[in-house]
Amino acid sequence: MPEGAAASAWYRRLTLALLLAPALLWLFGLIVLPHLELAVLSFRERVAPREYQASLAQYHAFFSEPLYWHVFARTALLSALATALTLLLAFPIAWIIAKLARGRMSALLLVVCLIPFWVSETVRTLGWMILLRESGVLPALLVHLGLTAQPVELLYHDATILVGLVYTSLLFMVVPLVGSLESLDNSLIEAAYDLGGEGWSILRTIVIPHAAPGITAGCIVVFMLTLGNYLTPTLLGGKNSLWFTEQIYAQFITRFNWEQGAAFGFLLLALSTAMVWLGLALSGQRFGDVMRRV
Amino acid sequence: MIPSLPRPAWLRAATAFYAGAFLIFLFLPLAVVAVFAFNDAPYPAPPWHGFTLDWFLGNDPNGRLGLFHDAELLGSIWTSCLVALWVTALSVTVGTANAFLLERQKFPAKGVLSMLMLTPLVIPGVILGISILAFASRLADLCADLFGVHADFLRPGLPLVVLGQFAFIAAIATLTISARLKRFDRSLEEAALNLGASHAAVLTTITLPYLRPALAGSAAIAFLMSFENFNTTLMLVGADAPLTIMMYGRMREGATPVLNAVSLFLMSASAILALTLLRRRRNASD
Repeated sequence: MPEGAAASAWYRRLTLALLLAPALLWLFGLIVLPHLELAVLSFRERVAPREYQASLAQYHAFFSEPLYWHVFARTALLSALATALTLLLAFPIAWIIAKLARGRMSALLLVVCLIPFWVSETVRTLGWMILLRESGVLPALLVHLGLTAQPVELLYHDATILVGLVYTSLLFMVVPLVGSLESLDNSLIEAAYDLGGEGWSILRTIVIPHAAPGITAGCIVVFMLTLGNYLTPTLLGGKNSLWFTEQIYAQFITRFNWEQGAAFGFLLLALSTAMVWLGLALSGQRFGDVMRRV
Repeated sequence: MIPSLPRPAWLRAATAFYAGAFLIFLFLPLAVVAVFAFNDAPYPAPPWHGFTLDWFLGNDPNGRLGLFHDAELLGSIWTSCLVALWVTALSVTVGTANAFLLERQKFPAKGVLSMLMLTPLVIPGVILGISILAFASRLADLCADLFGVHADFLRPGLPLVVLGQFAFIAAIATLTISARLKRFDRSLEEAALNLGASHAAVLTTITLPYLRPALAGSAAIAFLMSFENFNTTLMLVGADAPLTIMMYGRMREGATPVLNAVSLFLMSASAILALTLLRRRRNASD
């Protein structure tokens, strides 16, 4: 039946076209073309009202103005530090969930660790502000315990920003770590122990190599989210936060200098992409697998 | 160390202590937010002045205005719900279409497309926001120049907020739904087709019911992520502020405990959503 075959081929093509249309509209309309527009903006310069010419002025301004690249480097460094701290804090708890707690207890503990992250970041940050500001709970407690004579301001320090960033990131580290530690066979650890290995050497030679994919996945996601965070640094760091996303906001929304803002956006995107790529290259993983892990 | 190996007493104690300290660290900020929603004082700060429900029920325009009488806050909750409903509907629909596209269709450059579908997850929200803002206003300018039409929906405002959030939440919906579709046993569909069912009947009576847990799960996650989104929304928002933006503005000014009241309301809503989802999952796995 050639007619039937032709009809079914036509039907198949129509299905494909109908399924492709939303995907292409989404990806090109909201991701690819907007980023091309951003690239175009970042490579031009205003020479007169509504008149532009191609130039590298925006990127030149970034490198010649110390404030701009200082803030950029500072954001990158603090993000890396926050990622490392998150890993250090999350690893023991992931170990407890995956290896020490049993059955229902393990599942319960994981759920309890996830609960705070169902609540908006705004609410969690409000909690930290109430805890840490000069008239807040912890300074009052310190005075009450006689540790300080006057209430001290615990907000607006770099350490405060770090606490906030680590707190918001924990979930994204705990989940992939638990996943990769659960798949580690206990008999491997027992064998290593029987062969005379002790805590530290077992951790270094057995556990960490096995958990490497989970560690990388967690670190990539945490670094990326920290780098792009706006709420936590601005609220907990106040005027001293000097976070790069704030510079982007200032150029785009406050000063209406879209060209400069676009260049900043691209630099941040480049750093974020480079770190993702580096993480994948170092651990030899594929992008798609990492994203499915988290 | 694992339970089957000898663990010294100090290590056991240290483990228990760590777990306890970790949980306190996790819940302390939430606990203080909840407690100070009931403090009888104009600021959410110690000392404790006694219990009050003013920050929920207060109705004094010059004094304490509680959550249920604060028109501005209630309006922003409504705005957030509206945005979240749109984002959820769009993301689940497009996510389902994408799942069928990735799992059932063959076409050139499929690998590139499936990779491209993951990129929204690694673009920082702020940059997603500014790129959509810039592109939309380029389109709006084009409309004005070429056709003399004022395309106001392309200027900062709720339609752009919906599009901006949808841009990355659709990627999450796609991942969730296609993971479930991948595990589907296609012989069930073939059996139904052999027995004379139409393609449409197979889709609505076999495939979609099978996908339902993934559809419900991704809808819940899409709603929650949209409701809580801050970064992308901040760049695209116009005159009507969703709740997170409104709260941010008030937090910078030093707000009254009415923000604690809203937060408590949000925590309860999230808890209910989380519990429903967990119970569903447990029922599905039984």
